[in-house]
Parts: sequence; C-alpha cells; structure tokens
Amino acid sequence: MTAFASAPVAAFGLFGDAFNFVFSGREAATGGVQVGGPDAVFDLAVKQVEVTLLALGVAILLALPVGLILGHRGRGEFVAVTAGNAGRAIPELALIALMATAVGVGLFNLVVALAILGIPPILTNTFVGIRQVDRSSVEAAKGMGMSNREIITKVELPLAIPTIMGGVRTASINIIATATIAPLAGVLTLGDLIISRNVYGDAGVLAGAVLVALLALSLELALSGIQWALTSKGLKLQRA
Amino acid sequence: MIDFVQIAAVDPDFFKDRSGGGCIQDNNLFCPGWVVDNYDRYVDPTLQHLVLVLSAVGIGFAIAFSLAILAHRRRWLASPFLAATGVLYTIPSISFFFLLLPLTGRGTTTAIIALTAFTLQIIFRNVLTGLRNVPVEVTEAARGIGYTPKQMLWRVEIPLAMPEIVAGLRIATVSTVALATLAVFANGGGLGGEIISGSNLTFKTGIIVAGSIAVVMAILFDALILLLGRLLTPWKRAAAL
Repeated sequence: MTAFASAPVAAFGLFGDAFNFVFSGREAATGGVQVGGPDAVFDLAVKQVEVTLLALGVAILLALPVGLILGHRGRGEFVAVTAGNAGRAIPELALIALMATAVGVGLFNLVVALAILGIPPILTNTFVGIRQVDRSSVEAAKGMGMSNREIITKVELPLAIPTIMGGVRTASINIIATATIAPLAGVLTLGDLIISRNVYGDAGVLAGAVLVALLALSLELALSGIQWALTSKGLKLQRA
Repeated sequence: MIDFVQIAAVDPDFFKDRSGGGCIQDNNLFCPGWVVDNYDRYVDPTLQHLVLVLSAVGIGFAIAFSLAILAHRRRWLASPFLAATGVLYTIPSISFFFLLLPLTGRGTTTAIIALTAFTLQIIFRNVLTGLRNVPVEVTEAARGIGYTPKQMLWRVEIPLAMPEIVAGLRIATVSTVALATLAVFANGGGLGGEIISGSNLTFKTGIIVAGSIAVVMAILFDALILLLGRLLTPWKRAAAL
C-alpha cells in the first residue's frame, strides 16, 4: 500500500527538484561547485538548437538538390531508396562514438555526423515526392515552354513539398535526438544534464529529459508551420 | 566533465589475458585479433538487444494495430491518434527514458516502454493507410456476398492492406534496432554498453564490432519481415508469374 501511495508523491517530488534545478540550480553531486540554474541551462539549450539547425541545414543543402535532380530525371531510384533504408539502420550511438574516437571531437565533426543521419530521409523523400508528381502536369509545363529548371522549381518542387517536408521532419527528429548524446563528441548540449548524472544528480537528469522533449516538440511544431507556409494554396484547397 | 563509469562500467580485464598482440596498442580502425579473442563478450549484449527490439516492436505492433483498426471503424479517431502517437514519436528516446525515471526507474522495462512509444506512429500510420487504400469495389463485393464487418476486416481488408502493414513493420523494426543502442543510458542493456565501453577507452574496434552487430541485426530483421510479407501475400506472387 505504501509503495502505491508514495510513488506519485515521489514522482511529484522529483519533478519539483527538476524545476528547482532549472530555475535556481543546486550543488553538484560531486560537491563544491554550483550546477544548473537558468543561465547554464539556457546555454546548453542554445547549443543543442545550434548544432541541430546547423546539421539540418547541411543535410538539406546536400540532399535536396541531389533528390530534385535524380527525381526530375527519373534516375538513381536504387541509390535514393537504398540510402533511406540504410540510413535507418545506422546506430546513432555508434556513429557519434566512432566519429569522436576515430575522427575527433568538436563542433565540426559532430555536425558532419548529425548531417549524415539527416541526409537519407530527405534524399529519399525528395526523390519519391518528385517522382509522384503527375506526369501530365510536367508534360503541360513542357508544352508551355518551361525550361527544365522552371519545371523543377515551379511545378515539381511545389507539388512535392508535403513529401519533402515529411523527410525534413524525420531528419530533424533524428538529428535533435542524436544531438542529445553530443556530449560524447565533446559538445555540451542539454544531453549533458542527462548523461552526466554523477554531476547533476537525478534532478538534472529529469530536467534535461523534460527540456529535450519540449525542444524536440517545438522544432516539430515549427517545421509543420513551415510546411504549411510552403504548401501552395492550390494543394491546400484540394485537401480541404 | 563526463564520466560514463556509472552508465557502463568497463570491466577491468577488457584487454587482459588476451592474445590480440600489437594491434590493440596500435588501435587502428579495426583489430581482428582482438575480435577473435573477445567475440564472447558480445553474446549477452546481443541477446539483450534482441529482447529489447522484439518486445518493443511486438508490443508496439499490438497497440498500433488495434488503434488503427479502431480508427478505421470510427474515422474521427484517426486525427487524435495520429497526434498522440506523433508526440510519442517526436520525443527523443533518450529523453523518454528519463521522463519515466520517477515512475519506472532505470532498467529494461523503462527502455522497452520508450522504444515501444517510438514505434507506434510508424505502424499506426502504415496500417491505417493500408486499410484505407482497399478499393471500395472490393469491400462492396464482399458486403454483397454477405460478409459481416468482422469477416470483411480479417478476410478482405487486412490481407489487402498487408503490403503497407509489412512496410511499416520493417521501418519500425530497423529503426528500433538502431535506437535500442541508446537503452544503455537507461540501464536497459543491449549493444550500447559495448559501444560506450569502446568509447570510454577510445578503442575503435569495440565500437565498430558492437555497431556492426546492430546493423547486421537490422538487415536480418528487414529481410525476415520482407520474407514474411511475401508468405502472407501469396496472390502477389501469382500475379507476378
């Protein structure tokens, strides 16, 4: 009985500790120094957002043009689809650990590793999205005298936006999740609160977990907003 | 600053009494001799990893499949189910482990709950899409020859949705194999422990072997489910002939 009754109370207590950890900080579990507090936590959060957006940006810059061109020409289906499948099988932890051990720690290497995780879903979805565009729309565009470039940017890309953004959102979820273990690669993000329990204690761990979850959900919400803004009016009408 | 000893204690005889020779000291990308002498240390983590993946995907499939059938019958349920599973999918597993900390503490159960939560969206979405893509003519015909809704579901709709269901199961399983390496942070075992050990000692071979086992496991599961899907849709093979 007591175990039943005390579990929610204990849960509440730990959440309270986590709250205090973020807003006023506490003494490190190792003793001596003060850890946590709004400034320190804010810096870690900024770092996590920074590496996530950098890596997502790099992944989009590399994967989007390749996917657009392959999709437009209808070539390289095997490469584009296999990349997506293979990408899912990469264990995030092994990738980060190997990058840190074999190549070196630091922001640049971390961003490269995270971008590697982001490229496959964007590449695959861009390719598939472009291929799914109705061929008659493309033929009509050709008939109107549009150049290849115009066909890609004015016809295929707008029609493929929902699928492409689906890939970008999958990539962002992978990247922000893996950015949480970035402290393994020497870059301190919010994940440090989770990983270095011996310093921050369970209050820090829980605070880190809550903040990482909120950050990931906010990013997802922001991307779905961007998707809505990028989707052409015609497609929105069609859905409604 | 970072001390992983709490997470994965490196056992003291990692390098002791082994005949790996000079390549351990060289610590190049891969040391075959060490692997030959140490393959046995990967057996337990691999089995733990299998348990994590099979439990998470099995439970996840049971829940997501039921939700999808429910949402297929009552259409208004689809949006809230999609949103709820979407939130669970978006929260990074490593964060999820510790959100559960006050409730289930550290351990395999916590890891399995978080990994299960991740699989729901993928499976739910695919099963629902599969059920919705069944042509209306087919369901009309089934109704015409007197199928009850239950017969329709099990004999017509689910079999025809099988390709999408299998596709969802493949994506969920392969992703979960990769993700389960993080279970080590929740004290949930699995191959992640060996990756962390290798990382702590900056011993590349240890990381590569554990990571490769996970990749091979993902590929094998993928092939196995693909095969299962073929067996469950014999009419597809007939059509191909």
